[in-house]
Amino acid sequence: MSDESVDPLGQGGPPPPPPAAAGAVRGARRPRPPRPYARRLAERALRAGSTVTAIVPLGALVAMIVVLLVEALPAIRYNGWHFLTGSTWSQGSYYSPPVRTNGILHPAGATYGAWPLILGTIETSAIAIAIGFPIAFGAAIFIVEKLPKRLAGVVGLCLELLAGIPSVVIGLWGVLTLGPLLARDVYPLLAHLPNVPVLNIFRGYVGSGEGLLTSGIVLAAMIIPIIAATTRDLLRQVPEATREGAEALGMTGAEVFRTVQLRWIRTGVIGAVILGLGRALGETIAVALVSGSVISAATNIYGTMTTIAATIVSLLDSAQGDPTGLATRSLSEAALVLLGMTLIVNIGARMLVRRSARGAALPVGVGF
Amino acid sequence: MAVSTGTIPGAPAAPSLGRAGVSSRRRAFDLWWWVLSAIGLVLLIVPVVWVLAGVVANAVPNWSWSIFTETTTGIGGGLANTIVGTFVLLVGVGILAGVVGIGAGVFLAEVAPPGRLTGLLRGASEVLSGIPSIVFGYVGYVALVVGLHWGFSLLAALVVLSLLVVPYVAKSTELALGQVPLAYREGGEALGMSKTHVLRRVVLRSAIPGMATGLIFALAISVGETAPLLYTAGFSNDYPSDHLVHAAVPYLTYATFTFWNQPSTAVKALSYDSALLLVFLVLVLILASRLIVRLTQRYSPNRVGGGALPRRRATRRGLTAGALAPLDASAAPAERDGTSAA
Repeated sequence: MSDESVDPLGQGGPPPPPPAAAGAVRGARRPRPPRPYARRLAERALRAGSTVTAIVPLGALVAMIVVLLVEALPAIRYNGWHFLTGSTWSQGSYYSPPVRTNGILHPAGATYGAWPLILGTIETSAIAIAIGFPIAFGAAIFIVEKLPKRLAGVVGLCLELLAGIPSVVIGLWGVLTLGPLLARDVYPLLAHLPNVPVLNIFRGYVGSGEGLLTSGIVLAAMIIPIIAATTRDLLRQVPEATREGAEALGMTGAEVFRTVQLRWIRTGVIGAVILGLGRALGETIAVALVSGSVISAATNIYGTMTTIAATIVSLLDSAQGDPTGLATRSLSEAALVLLGMTLIVNIGARMLVRRSARGAALPVGVGF
Repeated sequence: MAVSTGTIPGAPAAPSLGRAGVSSRRRAFDLWWWVLSAIGLVLLIVPVVWVLAGVVANAVPNWSWSIFTETTTGIGGGLANTIVGTFVLLVGVGILAGVVGIGAGVFLAEVAPPGRLTGLLRGASEVLSGIPSIVFGYVGYVALVVGLHWGFSLLAALVVLSLLVVPYVAKSTELALGQVPLAYREGGEALGMSKTHVLRRVVLRSAIPGMATGLIFALAISVGETAPLLYTAGFSNDYPSDHLVHAAVPYLTYATFTFWNQPSTAVKALSYDSALLLVFLVLVLILASRLIVRLTQRYSPNRVGGGALPRRRATRRGLTAGALAPLDASAAPAERDGTSAA
C-alpha cells in the first residue's frame, strides 16, 4: 500500500510546483514520473483484492443456504409438513434395527414435530418486544429531549455496554439471579391479578423461574439497546426548525412529539423494532440457559419451553448418536426454518430502515 | 410547563405565554408523558447495573489470581487455557475479518460501479449480519468440522466467527470512506494522482479511525459469542495448540456457559470468573473505540486547519504540508511553498 516507488511526489520531496511555475523549473526538481507498470499492478491488485473480498458475504450467504438445504433434504422428505405442525420430537429407538420410509433410513419410531419450538421462538420474541419496546422508546425520548449532553454520553455508554455484554453473561444472570428472584417475589404477585381478559394470562402455577416469561424478559434486555440507540439517533435527526415551529404554536412537549417527531421517526422505529425482533428470534445461548429447555409448548406464561435456536444447541450433541443421521438432519431442517424466519424479518426491516433513515450510522449493536 | 424546558433556552416571554395557553389537562398529560419516558430510562439502566454488579459480586468473593496460571481441569483449576484461546481467536478474527471486511468495504465504497450488482453485494452483507449466530455455528459444524473433516479446530472457529463479523467491518469501512471529504480526493487528483492512487495514499489513510472502530466492534462481538463456537472450536482442558485443524480450542464463553451448574463449587466459581473477564474485555474494547472516536474528532475535517489526516504524519509519509494546505481553505502557504521551490 505504501509502495514509495509509485509516489508521484518523489520520496517526500517538495510539492509539485503550481502550473504557472512548471516551465521554469524544468527538470531540476521535477518529481520522477511514476512507473506505469508498477502503478497499474497496484491498481489491479487493489481492484481484484477488494472485489474478491466483497463477494465473500454473498458467497457465505448462498453457501449457508445450500448447505442447510442439502443437509436437511432427507429430513424434509421424511418429516413432510408434519414437521411444522407436529408436537413430538423423538429420535426413535436406537436399539431396534433402522427402518426405511420414503427411501429414508431412520430409527424406528422417529418423529420430528417442531411446532413447540416455532411457537416458543415466536412467543419469547413477542414478549421481548412487548416489554422491550416501551422501555427503549421512552428511554430514547428522555435521552434526546431532557438529558444534558454529558449525561446522554454516559447513558450512551450504558447502551453500548448492554449491547456488548455477552449473551452468555446475561443468560447466567437470568438463570442464577433474575429467574429465582422473579419466581420468588414477582410472579406470585402477578398470579393474583384479577381474572379478566388479558390480565388472566398471568394466572397459574409460577414454576421455578425458568420458562417463557423469564426468557422474554432476558431477551428484552438484549433488544433494548438496538431499539433505543436507533430511536435516539433518529430523534436527533429531526430538524430543529420544525420542532420549534410546533412549540411556537403553544404545544406541550408531548404534543410536539406526537405531531412532529413521531411522524418523522415512525418508519425508522418500526424498522428498528423488527431488527430487534430478528435478534430475539435467533438468540440462542441466553434462552438455552433460562427457558428450561423442555421440548413442549409452555403450559402457561411461566411454563418451561424452548426455542429453535436453543434446541439446536442443546440437542446437537445427542443427535450425533443417531446412526442414520436423521436427528442431525432434522436439526438442519429446524435451522432452515429459523433462517427463513430471520431472513424475512431482517430483509423487511432493512427495507423499512433504509427508506426512512438513509445514511444514518449503524445503530449500536445490531445483531450483537 | 415543558414548552420552555430545555428546548429554547433563554427564550424570554415564552414560558408565561405558554403556561397561560395550556389547560391543566394537557399539562397533566405532558407531565405523565415525561414521567413515563423517565421510567423507561431507569428500566434501561437497571439491567446494565444489575448484571455488572451481579457478576462482580459473585466473582469477587471466590476470586483467585491462580485462574491466570492454571488450566481448566473439570473439577477446579483455573482459566488460563481459555484466556489464551480467546486471545488466539481474537487475533485470528482480527486478521481474517479485518482483511475481508475492509476489502469488502473498500470495494462497496470506492471500486464498485453503482448498480444492481453492487446493491446485491451490499444487501447480502447486511442480510448476513442478521442471521442468528447458531445457524453460523451449525453450518460450520456440518460443512467444516464434519464435511471437510477439519474436526473441532481453530480454523473452523475462525472461519465461522469471521464470517459472522465481516458485515460489521465492511459496513463501518464503507461509512468511514464515505465521510472522507471530497476536497481530499480533489486535492489528490489535482496533483495528478490516479483515482486508485488517491484512494491508497489519501482516502484510505484518513478513514483508518472509522475502520478501526468497526474492527473493534467486531472483536467485541467475537469475545462474547458462544453459539457459533460450541460445535466448531470444541473445548479442551489444554492450551490451544499450533495446529489449525484437528485440535480443539478452549475459550472463555464456554466456561461461563457450562460450568455454572457443575457439582464442584470450584468449577461453579470459575463460571462467574470467566463472566467477569468477558465483561472486562468487552468494556475495554468499547472504551478503546470511544477513545478512537474522540481522538478523531480532534482532527475532524470540519475544523479548519485540522483534517482527519494529521498534518505531521502526512508530511512524514511524503505528502507534504504544502500539498495538504489548499484543503485547509487557505491557499496562501501552498503558493509560497511553490515559489520557494522554484
